[in-house]
Amino acid sequence: MSILIDKNTKVITQGITGKTGQFHTEKCQEYANGKNCFVAGVNPKKAGESIFNIPIYASVKEAKSETGATVSVIYVPPAGAADAIWEACEADLDLAICITEGIPVRDMLMVRNKMKKKVAGGGKETLLLGPNCPGLITPDEIKIGIMPGHIHRKGRIGVVSRSGTLTYEAVAQLTEIGLGQSSAVGIGGDPINGLKHIDVMRMFNEDPETDAVIMIGEIGGPDEADAAMWCKANMKKPIVGFIAGVTAPAGKRMGHAGALISGGADTAEAKLAVMEDCGFKVTRNPSEMAKLLKAML
Amino acid sequence: MKIHEYQGKELLKQFGMTVPRGIPCFSVDEAVKAAEELSKTLGTKVWVVKAQIHAGGRGKGGGVKVAKSLDEVRQYAGQILGMQLITHQTSATGQKVNRLLIEEGADIKKEYYLAVLTDRATQKVAIMASSEGGMDIEEVAHATPEKILKEFIDPLIGVTDHQALLLAQGIGVPAASQADAVAQIKALYTCYMETDASLAEINPLILEGSGKIKALDAKFNFDPNALFRHPEIVAYRDLDEEDPAEIEASKFDLAYISLDGNIGCLVNGAGLAMATMDTIKLFGAEPANFLDVGGGATTEKVTEAFKIMLKNPAVKGILVNIFGGIMKCDTIANGVVTAARETHLSVPLVVRMKGTNEDLGKQILKDSGLPIISADTMADAATKIVAALR
Repeated sequence: MSILIDKNTKVITQGITGKTGQFHTEKCQEYANGKNCFVAGVNPKKAGESIFNIPIYASVKEAKSETGATVSVIYVPPAGAADAIWEACEADLDLAICITEGIPVRDMLMVRNKMKKKVAGGGKETLLLGPNCPGLITPDEIKIGIMPGHIHRKGRIGVVSRSGTLTYEAVAQLTEIGLGQSSAVGIGGDPINGLKHIDVMRMFNEDPETDAVIMIGEIGGPDEADAAMWCKANMKKPIVGFIAGVTAPAGKRMGHAGALISGGADTAEAKLAVMEDCGFKVTRNPSEMAKLLKAML
Repeated sequence: MKIHEYQGKELLKQFGMTVPRGIPCFSVDEAVKAAEELSKTLGTKVWVVKAQIHAGGRGKGGGVKVAKSLDEVRQYAGQILGMQLITHQTSATGQKVNRLLIEEGADIKKEYYLAVLTDRATQKVAIMASSEGGMDIEEVAHATPEKILKEFIDPLIGVTDHQALLLAQGIGVPAASQADAVAQIKALYTCYMETDASLAEINPLILEGSGKIKALDAKFNFDPNALFRHPEIVAYRDLDEEDPAEIEASKFDLAYISLDGNIGCLVNGAGLAMATMDTIKLFGAEPANFLDVGGGATTEKVTEAFKIMLKNPAVKGILVNIFGGIMKCDTIANGVVTAARETHLSVPLVVRMKGTNEDLGKQILKDSGLPIISADTMADAATKIVAALR
C-alpha cells in the first residue's frame, strides 16, 4: 500500500509532446515500474503517433477507454492547463496531477468550481494534485512528476509539502538517516489548488504502510492550520512540522503565488504555533526534520 | 502587479463604476491647467491634489491635500511633486512622487469600505464591505471584526442582486441609494474578474450629499500569471515604483526580493529559498534577499544572480543552497565558479549542494582554487557564513 498511486497505476500524460512533457516522461519511464505505468499520451494534432513507445490519443477520454488508465499528469503550458485539468475531470479519471507553473488564478478558480459542481450534481470526483507542484512518488514503484527519483528509498514515512525542493530536502534527509518514504507528495505552491495538506494527512493516517509524517508548509493561507486542527482530533501517527517563511515580509510574494502573507494568521510563526498546539513536533531548523522524526519513532 | 489610483479609476469607469472626475499630471503647470479645466467644464471650486504612488496611507503622509483656489492647487502640487512620501507601506526613505491626480472635490456624507479578492479557503471570490470606510481595514478587522461583512461569490454564477443588496444594507447604505450601491458592487466584481485582478479595494466608497455612491480611491493588484492576456494592464506598469534589482532580476527570469540583512542567498525553489533565509536568521544573521534561480538555472543565470546580489552594498557574504534534482550540482558548481571569477568576488561564499552529481560539484568548487567554503547541510552553511562574517 501507499497513497494515491502504486506500481499498478496506469498513467496518461497530457502535454507529452512538449519539451517539458517529453523530458520528464522519459525520466518517469526509467523509474521503477515506469515502463508499464505510462501507457498513453494526449495531443489531438498527433493522435495515432507514438513517443517513447507510448501511443498518443486525441483526447483523455479516448486514452482512458483504450488503455484503462485512471490517472493523468499534466505538462500543458499555463494558458491551456486549466482546460486540460477539466478534460481529465470530464473523462472521470481518479486523479489528475498538474505540474504546470504559472496558471492564471482565475482559470484555477473556474475549473475548481466546475469540478465541485460536477460532484455536487452526482458526477464522479476527480482528485486534483497541484498545480505548480512536483507531483508524487511511491518509491521503488512509480514516480509521476519532476522529482529526482534517485534520492528516494522505499520505507514507511510520508512526506507532504507545497514546495518541490523542500520536499526533496526532507526526502534526502530521511534517506540519509536510513528511513525511507511510503509516498512523497508535493501539493504545489498556488493559492487555488486541489488536494491540500489536510487531504494528504488523512490518506497517510489511513495508510497501513505509513508510520509517521513530515508535513512542510509555507507562509500564506489557512491550509496548514486547517490540517493541524484535523490532525489534533484524528491523527494516530507522529508528525514533524516545518513552515518556511519566518523571515518573509508581509505583502511580498515569495516566488510561489501562494506564499504571500495576507492577514496576520498566516505568518510562519502563527502556523508553527497552531501546529505545536495540535501535537506536531515543530522545528524552526529545516536541517533537522528527519532527525527529529527518527527520535519520535 | 500594482497600478496607480488614477489608472485604477480609469478601469473602474470602464466597468461602470462612478468615480470623481480627475486628470493625471506630471508637473505643477499641468496640475494648475488640470484644475482650470475641471473648473471650466464642471464648475469645480474645490480640488483634491493627490500624490500617485503605489503605497497606501498617502493622506497621513501628507500626499493628499484639498485646495480651495488655483493658487492653493499650485502651492500643494509644488509641495507634493518630487517629495519623498513616507507611509506605513513605503520603506523608511519613502517613495518619490512623480505623478499627481487633480480631482474634483467630493461632498462626503458617509464613507464605506468595499473590496473584492479571491478566497483560498472556499475557492470563491469574496466581496468584503464595511461601514467603517476611510480607515485602515486591518485595524477594523482586528478591533471590530463584526463590522466587516463578507459575501462569497460562485464565479460560475457571478454576484447576484441579492448578495449585493445584503452587503449594501449590511453596511447601512440608505434605502434611496441601495440600488446605486448594488450596481456599483456588481461593477466592481465584473472589473475584478475581467481584468484578472487579485485585489480590488475601494477605501473609501462614499455616499455623497446627492445620494450618489462613488469610488473615492482605487487600489488594484493583478495576478502576474494572467498578464499575458492583459496588454492594457501591462501598459499601466510604472517601473519607477519598483525595486530596480527586482526589475533586473525579472529580465533573467529570477525571482528576487530585496530584504534588510547582509547575507545574500541564492537558492533553487521558493520553499527552499525561504527555508534557507529562515536558517540564516536562526543562526544569528539576516538575509539580504530572497532569490530563487528556478529549476533550469544555467551558468549565465547564476552569474546574473551573483551580479544582482552584489549590487546591494549591504551584502557582506553569500550563501548558495542548491538541491540538485533535474538541475545537476556540477552545472551549478560551474556557474558559481564562473560567477565568482567574473564578479571578482570579495565577500565570503559558502556553498551547500545536495542531490544529483553532488560529489562532482564539490570537486569543481575545490579545484577552482577559489576560497569557497563548502557545507553539508543548510544549518552547517548558515553557521559557516555567520562565522565568516565575524
